[in-house]
Amino acid sequence: MAAGEPSIDALGQFKLHTTLGPIGASVNFTQSNLLMVIASGLILALLYYGARPRAIVPGRLQAAAELSYDFIYNMVSEQIGHEGRKFFPFVFTLFFFILFGNLLGLLPFSFTYTSHIAVTAALAILVIVLVTVVALAIHGLHFFSYFWPSGAPIALAPIIVPVEIISYLSRPVSLSIRLFANMVAGHVMFEVFATFMVMMAGAGVIGYAGAIGPLALNVILMGFELLVAGLQAYVFAVLTCIYLHDAVHLH
Amino acid sequence: MPQLDFGNPLLLAQVVWLGIIFLVLYLLLSRWALPQVGAVLAHRAETIAADLDVARRAKEEADAAVAELTRATREAHAGAQAEIAAAVAAAKAKTDAESADLNAKLDAQIAAAEERIAVARTSALGALEQVAVETAREVVGRLIGSSLDPALVPQAVAGVLAARAK
Repeated sequence: MAAGEPSIDALGQFKLHTTLGPIGASVNFTQSNLLMVIASGLILALLYYGARPRAIVPGRLQAAAELSYDFIYNMVSEQIGHEGRKFFPFVFTLFFFILFGNLLGLLPFSFTYTSHIAVTAALAILVIVLVTVVALAIHGLHFFSYFWPSGAPIALAPIIVPVEIISYLSRPVSLSIRLFANMVAGHVMFEVFATFMVMMAGAGVIGYAGAIGPLALNVILMGFELLVAGLQAYVFAVLTCIYLHDAVHLH
Repeated sequence: MPQLDFGNPLLLAQVVWLGIIFLVLYLLLSRWALPQVGAVLAHRAETIAADLDVARRAKEEADAAVAELTRATREAHAGAQAEIAAAVAAAKAKTDAESADLNAKLDAQIAAAEERIAVARTSALGALEQVAVETAREVVGRLIGSSLDPALVPQAVAGVLAARAK
């Protein structure tokens, strides 16, 4: 992207543009949304083609589909408990939507939709609205006792209650910014090192030798980013489960 | 930073499309894809449970058969032991009777033989005395040239024989 330019343009890769020609342009369908559709298709294909053999002893693809299912299923039942099973499809969708977004973003010429704060914030707000609705549905007005830790002296109420409310409201902020910042940081570093490599190579024979450094750094960074992609999706899903646990059980 | 360029209408459009895509994905996963995988897993759990059940029943049957076999073996062993003891006792009794019979027969034969030996011995001893008397009379007649008192020689021979027999 920045190959032909003299300066480092690390943020240009996050610029949205419409895709799919005039049809996409007429409905403002961006390349970010195209990647979302591709990720959704891959998730559905994994489960469909994985479950299709229905074998007692699974093959590789079936084992992958079953492991995905079991992984989220165990996470949900361990974190939320028995009542958490009805949230299983939601957590599954959330985890794999973020994971595939992170991983697809590492492919060349693709786009990382999780690097947009608007997307991560929308997901985080969805989570926090769901958690609050679930808590209100199960516990009614008793839900507001969540902001009052049992056994605290009544004199501290003016301090504790605002602190608890702020910490509750800061959940979607930390949830969305954590994912967004991790993704942006990784991709900016990729871009900076790659641009630096091209600029070095432009300097002649000595530059070719010098370009090996940023290239090696990018290779190492790619391994690290694969870890971050999985880890951030996991963190998002686990925190969602913990919030849902709080909503179901209060304290 | 393009992510914070809120004047761009594409930013909001992206989120709207996100909502649509996420909702469709959620519905497809929860209604269609995940139940399929769940069914496969449930089917496997069922099959394994059924197989374990069959194996457990087979094991119980095998245990019962082993117990039955052990019992039958023990019974057969005890029966065989009793039969062996009876056979040994019968054989012993028969042998005892036979040997007693044989002993009695042998004893009778020994007694008869001893009797015969005694008779033979007595007759032999009688004949010996007579032979000795005649021989002595002949020898003495030749030595002294005259006949002796016929009563004297048998007396002397009887005396010598009596002395020898001691």
